[in-house]
Amino acid sequence: MSNLLIWRKGVNSVMLTVTGVFTVITVAALFLILGYLVYYGGSSLDWNFFTKLPLSAGETGGGLANAILGSLEIVAVAALIGLPIGFLAGVYLSEFPDKVFAPAVRYVADLLNGIPSIVVGLLAWGLLVVPMRQFSGLAGSIALSAMLIPIVTRQTEQFLREVPNSLREGALALGACKWKMVATVVVPAGSKGILTGMILGVARISGESAPLLFTAFNNQFWNGSIMQPTASLPVMIYFRALSPYDDWHRQAWAAGLVLIGMVLTANILARLVIARGISVPRG
Amino acid sequence: MATPLVVETPVIRRQTQAGDIVARWVVTVFAASILFVTALLVYQLWTGSAPSRLKSGFGFLTSTQWNPVTEEFGALPFIYGTVLTSVLALLISVPLGLGAAIYLAELAPARLSDALTFLVELLAAIPSVIYGVLAIFAVVPLMRSHVEPFLKSSLGFLPLFKGPSLGVGFLTAGVVLSIMTVPYIVSVSRESLLAVPREQREAALALGATRWEMVWQVVVPYAKLGIFGSIFLSLARALGETMAVTMVIGNDPKIRASLLAPGYSIAAVIANEFSEATGATYQAALVELGLILFVLTIIINAVARLMIAATTRKGSKRS
Amino acid sequence: MSTVPDYAPESKTAQDRKGAPLPTPTPAPGPKLRATNVNFFYGTFQALYDISLDMQEHLVTALIGPSGCGKSTFLRNLNRINDTVRNSRMEGKILLDNEDVREVDVTNLRRRVGMVFQRPNPFPKSIFENIAYGLKINGMAKRSEMRDKVERSLRRAALWDEVKDKLHESAYALSGGQQQRLCIARALAVNPEVLLLDEPCSALDPVSTAKIEELMLQLRSSCTVAIVTHNMQQAARVSDVTAFLLEGKLIECRPTAQLFTNPADPRTEAYITGRFG
Repeated sequence: MSNLLIWRKGVNSVMLTVTGVFTVITVAALFLILGYLVYYGGSSLDWNFFTKLPLSAGETGGGLANAILGSLEIVAVAALIGLPIGFLAGVYLSEFPDKVFAPAVRYVADLLNGIPSIVVGLLAWGLLVVPMRQFSGLAGSIALSAMLIPIVTRQTEQFLREVPNSLREGALALGACKWKMVATVVVPAGSKGILTGMILGVARISGESAPLLFTAFNNQFWNGSIMQPTASLPVMIYFRALSPYDDWHRQAWAAGLVLIGMVLTANILARLVIARGISVPRG
Repeated sequence: MATPLVVETPVIRRQTQAGDIVARWVVTVFAASILFVTALLVYQLWTGSAPSRLKSGFGFLTSTQWNPVTEEFGALPFIYGTVLTSVLALLISVPLGLGAAIYLAELAPARLSDALTFLVELLAAIPSVIYGVLAIFAVVPLMRSHVEPFLKSSLGFLPLFKGPSLGVGFLTAGVVLSIMTVPYIVSVSRESLLAVPREQREAALALGATRWEMVWQVVVPYAKLGIFGSIFLSLARALGETMAVTMVIGNDPKIRASLLAPGYSIAAVIANEFSEATGATYQAALVELGLILFVLTIIINAVARLMIAATTRKGSKRS
Repeated sequence: MSTVPDYAPESKTAQDRKGAPLPTPTPAPGPKLRATNVNFFYGTFQALYDISLDMQEHLVTALIGPSGCGKSTFLRNLNRINDTVRNSRMEGKILLDNEDVREVDVTNLRRRVGMVFQRPNPFPKSIFENIAYGLKINGMAKRSEMRDKVERSLRRAALWDEVKDKLHESAYALSGGQQQRLCIARALAVNPEVLLLDEPCSALDPVSTAKIEELMLQLRSSCTVAIVTHNMQQAARVSDVTAFLLEGKLIECRPTAQLFTNPADPRTEAYITGRFG
C-alpha cells in the first residue's frame, strides 16, 4: 500500500472511532444525569416528601406536598385550555386548510414553538398578573397552555396527514358529510399518534419553571385557589437548589427525581408503548 | 405540502352542507387563536417595554450599565452573556452532535441507531431546572476544582482564561448548555444524513473513497443545509434557555473577556429580577430585554426552519 | 451451468458497424475478472446461485435477463459495492488479475474497478470538482495537472465540447444524458482497469443513449467493460460477449452474435425471441 493509502486508512479509522466515542459521550450524559438523580434524590425521598408541607427555612424535615399538588393543578388547567385548542387547530391545518391562512398558521405555530419559555411567561404576566395585581396559578396555566398549543397543533396535523386518503374517500363515498367523515374516520385513525403528541406536549410543559416564576410564583402552604400564588415542583426545585440549606438541597434532589420520573415515564410510555410502530416527529 | 385530496360528493344535502360550514368555522377560529396568541405576545412585549424604549431609545442596546437603584438600564452585558454562552455551547455541541449523528446515520446498525437516538432525544425531555440542579451540585464543583485550574495552568497566558476559579461563569453555562442542545443537533442532523440518496454514497465509494471520505466529503456536504438548520435550531434553544443558565452563570452584569468570569444572560436576568422589579422603568427594561430575546430567537428559528425545509425538499427531488 | 465461451473476437463488432478500425486487443494471459461459484444473499434471500463467469480484457461483456434476475447484484459484487448493503453475504471467489477481490484493499479495488450507476448521480458540486474528486482523494494529480486530467476525462466521455465553457457551474445544470456522461468521465478520471455500467441508459433519451453506446465501444481500448442492460438490442450493439441470467442463475454466456442468433438453451431462446418479437 502506498503511503497515501495508509494515511487515508488511518484517518478513516480514527475519525470513525471518534464518531463512536462522541455517541457514547452523548448517551452517557443521560445515564450520568439519571444516576445522579437516583443516587442523591433516592436517598432523600421519603413518605413525608409527598404528604407534608414545607417547613420554614433552616428546619429539617417537611415535604413538598403542596408543590406536587400545585403542579398537577397548573398543568391540568393548562392542558384543559391548550389541548382542545391545539387539537382543533391541528384538525384545521390537516382537514380544512385554506391556501393563505393555513400556511400562515403553520408558520406562526412553529415560531411560537421556538419562543423561549421565559418570554411566554411575560405574556401571561401582562395578561393576568398585571390587571389582577396578584400572582396566580391561573396565570401560570395560561403561560403553559400558550406553549402547549403549538406543539399539539403541529403533532395533530402531522398524524392526521398520515391517514391515507383512501379512508377519507371511502367515508365520503358512503355519503358521510365532511365533518362526520373527519370526526368518525380520520381522527380515530390518527388517534394513537395524536394521543402520543398530547402526552409529550403535557410532559414538556410540566417540567417548565421559567414561565411560572413571575406568574404562578410560589407558595409555602396549600394552594387556596387557582387565583392565588401556587407552588409548583419545578419552581420549588429552583428555589430549594439555590438556597443555602443542606436539607433544602436534599429536597431539591428528591423533587428532581420525582419530576424526571414523571416526565421520562410519560415520554417512554408515549413513544414506546402507545406510539409503537408509528414514527413520532419531534415538537 | 400535499393538501389532502378530498372528493366532493356531487349531491350534498342542505343540512350537511350547513354542518360542514359550521365545522370549518369552528376549527378556523381555533387555528386563528394561534395567530391571536402570538399577536398578543408581540403587543405585550411592545407596550410593556414602552417606558424603557421611550427613555433610552437605541442607547439601551449599547449601554453597559445596569443599575436599578440609579435607574440606569443597558442591555449589552446581557446580550454579551447570552451570545457568548450560546456560542460556547455550540463550539462543544456541534462537533459532539454531528459526530454522534454521523455514527448513528452511517455506522450503527438500524436497530441500535434507533435505540440510541431515542436515548439522546430523552436528553431533550429533561426539564431545564433539573439540568440546573445537576449543574450547581456536580458541574460547578468539577469546574472549580479541576477544569478551571487546569485551563489556567495550561492556557492561562490567554486573556480568555484569567481570574479566579469560581466554578460559575460563562464557561460553565456554556458547558451545561452544550449538553442541553446536543440532542437537537443529533436528531435533526441524523435525519438529514439519512435523507442523502444512496446513489451519492455509492458514487463516492465507487471512486475509491474510504468510508470517512464518503461521509465527510460527499454525504455531509449534501446534507449541509439540514445540518446548519439543526445548528440554528439549537442556537435558538441556547439563547432562550433560562433556568440552568440562571443557576450557573454567576449573575453579574459585566462584560468580561475571561470565560471563567461570572456574567449574566437575558433570560437569567428576567428570571431573577422580574418578580421583584419595582418601578415602571425597571420592569419595562426587563420586558424590553424579553423583546430583544424574542426578536433574536424568531429570526434564528425562521432561518433554521427554512434550511431544514429546503433539505427535505431537495432530498425528495433528487432521491 | 457455466459455459466457458469461446472468446475469439467476433467479426460482427464495432469494426463493421462503425467502419472504424478496431483497436487490436493485447492478448491477456488470463481473464481480467473471473467469478467462480458466486452465491449471494440479501439476509435469507438468495439472489445469486453458483455463478461462474470470466471477463476478458478489452472486451465488452453484457449481462442481460429479466428484472430481478440478479444481473445488477452480480455486477455490484465485482467492486464490492454490495458490501455496504446491510445483512448481505457473498460466497465463492471473484478474482481480479488472479487476486481475490476480498483480499485486496477495498478502496484500491474500487479505484481500479470503476462504476457507473443506473441513474446519473453527480455530486452537488461543479462539473470540474465532480471529475477532480476521485483524482484528489486518490492523490493522482498535482494541482497543476488537475485541469489537464479533468479535460482528458471529459474528452474521453465525449462531453468536453459541451461543457468546456461552464466547468465551474453546478453539475445539476446539465441534462440527464450529459450528467450520465459526466459520471462516466468521473469514473474514467481515476484510470480504472475495469468499468462496470449498471443499466447506464435506462433513464436516458435515445440520443443520449446512442452517445453512450458509442463511448462504450471506444472504451474497450483502455478498459474491460461490463454492462448490465435490460435492453437486448443494446447488448447486441455494444457487447462482444453476452451472459444471460435468469432467477439468479447464469443460463449461458457466449459471444454476443452466437447467443442472439443461435442460443444454446431453450430459456435463452424464449427470452430473446419473446423480446425481439
